[in-house]
Amino acid sequence: MKYVPVLGFEVHIELATKSKMFCGCPADHFGKSPNTQTCPVCLGLPGALPVPNSRAIEWCIKLGLALNCEVNLFSKFDRKNYFYPDLPKGYQISQYDLPFCKQGFLDLSSGKRIQITRVHMEEDTGKLQHAVINDGEKVTLVDFNRSGVPLVEVVTEPDFSNTQETSEFLKELQQIVRVLKISSADMEKGSMRLEANISVRPENQSGLPEYKVEIKNVNSFRFIKKAVEFEILRQTRILESGASPVQETRGFNESKGETFSQRTKEEADDYRYFPEPDIPPFSFEVDKIKEWQSQLPVLPIQNRLELMEKYGLSASNAYIISSNDTMRTIFIRAAEIGEIAAKTLADFLVNKKYGTRFPDSPSELIKLVKSANSVQSEESVLLPVVSEIIAQNPEAVASFKSGKQQSIGFLIGQVRRRLPDADPSATQKLIMDNLSGKSS
Amino acid sequence: MSSDLHHLDISAASAGLRGGKFSSRELVKSCLNQIQKHNSGINAFLTLNEHALEEADQADINLPLGGIPMAIKDNFLTQGLRTTASSKVLDNYIPQYDSTVVEKLKKAGAIILGKTNMDAWAHGSSTETSDYGPTLNPWNTGHLPGGSSGGSAAAVRADMCTFAIGSETAGSIRQPAAWCGITGFKPTYGRISRYGVIAMASSTDSPGPLTKTAVDASTITSLLAGKDPSDATTIPGNYQKILPKNGKKLKIGVAVEYLLPQMKDEVKKLIREAAGVLLRLGMSVEDISLMDPNYSVGVYTIVQRSEVSSNLARYDGIRYGLDRSHFGEEAKRRIMLGTYTLSSGYYDQYYQKALKVRTMIIEDFNRAFRQVDLVIGATSPGPALKVGASRNQPMFGEMEDILVEPSSIAGLTGISVPCGFVDGLPIGLQIIGPQGGEESVFRVALEYQSAVDWHLARPSLT
Repeated sequence: MKYVPVLGFEVHIELATKSKMFCGCPADHFGKSPNTQTCPVCLGLPGALPVPNSRAIEWCIKLGLALNCEVNLFSKFDRKNYFYPDLPKGYQISQYDLPFCKQGFLDLSSGKRIQITRVHMEEDTGKLQHAVINDGEKVTLVDFNRSGVPLVEVVTEPDFSNTQETSEFLKELQQIVRVLKISSADMEKGSMRLEANISVRPENQSGLPEYKVEIKNVNSFRFIKKAVEFEILRQTRILESGASPVQETRGFNESKGETFSQRTKEEADDYRYFPEPDIPPFSFEVDKIKEWQSQLPVLPIQNRLELMEKYGLSASNAYIISSNDTMRTIFIRAAEIGEIAAKTLADFLVNKKYGTRFPDSPSELIKLVKSANSVQSEESVLLPVVSEIIAQNPEAVASFKSGKQQSIGFLIGQVRRRLPDADPSATQKLIMDNLSGKSS
Repeated sequence: MSSDLHHLDISAASAGLRGGKFSSRELVKSCLNQIQKHNSGINAFLTLNEHALEEADQADINLPLGGIPMAIKDNFLTQGLRTTASSKVLDNYIPQYDSTVVEKLKKAGAIILGKTNMDAWAHGSSTETSDYGPTLNPWNTGHLPGGSSGGSAAAVRADMCTFAIGSETAGSIRQPAAWCGITGFKPTYGRISRYGVIAMASSTDSPGPLTKTAVDASTITSLLAGKDPSDATTIPGNYQKILPKNGKKLKIGVAVEYLLPQMKDEVKKLIREAAGVLLRLGMSVEDISLMDPNYSVGVYTIVQRSEVSSNLARYDGIRYGLDRSHFGEEAKRRIMLGTYTLSSGYYDQYYQKALKVRTMIIEDFNRAFRQVDLVIGATSPGPALKVGASRNQPMFGEMEDILVEPSSIAGLTGISVPCGFVDGLPIGLQIIGPQGGEESVFRVALEYQSAVDWHLARPSLT
């Protein structure tokens, strides 16, 4: 029997707002000395009340809009009740049945659509540090600098078929967050955190399996890919042996390249969600949402489409070139100069033919491409094509003969569409010779 | 004169201070003497501010409450002054910051004498659930003062302070005010900031004043009201004034459902008499019908227990306070019930349903307020009950607060003013207004107190 993975993601993104989600403390907590950025609200002191950060809410909704979500015009916060020492109030302020955004999607370069279930807003927890103090006493310390930092959670449907798709999706999501400038989305610093939900089912069976394995706390794209691949294999083997994998949370051991069990979940957690009474619900005007929509920057997919439609790049080359802003800019400027075919430029860049140093300018790129590619200037190769193009374009020829010098450019272009490596000056010379009757 | 300074209300005390008749130190000293003499018998104060006299010496009497001694319920955070909410869990808790109410009072020049006893975590209507022993009623120490702001109400009636601050989730200001024979005011939900008040039921908690007169209650409310950037549920706009006397003729409705079958005839008679006073004052009075208050008890019990179970989760003893073994019986009972009503599978059955009924109660009041401007009734089914009455009665508070819970869960404003005595104990008349109806509630209370002198009666303390 063949087994296929059922694979979905929950991605947490810490927003780079100035202040925390519900108080005025700075949200930038990375590398700050412990418990220096706290106040009654994020410490959960008696009597403290949360006041929502409207910038964070705007950013959460903008991310939702960039992910093609529908915005809930009526929304609210809820309390998610659970006990953990890094959660000072005994509950996390999150969103339950009315997230800010729902039902979006993101299209992969293959054209496959990954559905986004929801994009909601919540607060981050403190951080536990296990340490040994003084005379070797083992203690757990809590740093509340991170407590209350705005956190957006993006939840996908289990639409992924393989890790190629998950990798592309996650990188795309990271890019979207970065162009929106709402977070550094830095995995090492924990400002983007991934949780994969994996199960495996027989190919001929539809619906979700009865168990689900969560992989948590993996902080790089490379490792999450390895972890998911390992997990698919592990679960498939269990199923093949006739057993069923247990519902659990697993971590990833980077040196062994294996997942390991962290916590078994016998039943679903009961978080006793209820509407957060300290924060009035939200009503958004349609015009406000439209305004935010109109403020969205050019998204990666739009850049990709531009490269594909205007410059004729393949989906995969467009993806790679658009992933890097510098590469994209240099590519477009070099392509606009027109000396070298866009596809040639793209291949050169994608295959890293520039070596270790990335070209500084479009002209440098063109120079590099020229010297790297053995430019086609041999008459024996060029001439047949030149003759053919001249024969096929009598209007351009007439126009040139009537004095319109720029028509020569069109003819050169036509030749180079057939022979991308054709040397422009050699081609021009041949065309001119041909038209002035110098050539036989 | 100077030996009775503690008898004065805010208006008289301010006038005396500004007129140079006595100093703030003399006024504060007079209250402290009263506390020294009677607190051991009444147990109204849990913690005293040792710097009260020094603060009195530095008081700026030109401030709105300059030099006026007052008491604060122990669930309001006071920076540097122990705050326990009458629970041993917070026995050693010294707050890092002032609640917004305390900050405003300090800014207005008030002198904080100390923190008053209450039902632990404000869970109750007797102060008997306090981990520091019950407060006793100044009119008869064999009786309860009501609660949860029982310490504040008893302190005002025993003239230990010029006024006090309490908080009400459902009756916790008005009911002890009624039982102690003083004026207790509950503002519209969101009128006064909850920031720095140890949360009980967040969706109904409302801080408010306990005073000797309705004028004083209005003075304090106008100083405390307003949008607070630290409390997202506060409402914009400030309550400033009392409806002018020559304004429109007010229509008063007597809620017939609030004259409960089990109520003593004497209590019903006093309410009818009070209605007669309002009629003679030129208001129109008619009987109106409201939803049976028993429904509110059900709604309130579920919503309040649910919120309590979440609000008390932070008291885990990890960062401050003592561990959970110090929670009393009543808190444990409420945490368990609230946890149950929010549990998966029961949430729809209890919490969601309670919210739906809550909406119906709000709509019922809206209907009533299209018919009349204000609703009146008894604050409590009867006078103060005997000490021990709440023991082994988990629903004691709910039954005693049956007449104030509907307006609380609807977020309305209301006041309780003394309207007579039964068995030598005071009875309270409550006047309920719509959300934002403070101006007319105060108008009626003021006019009523201009026509009667029940609020001037004071017990002889032994």
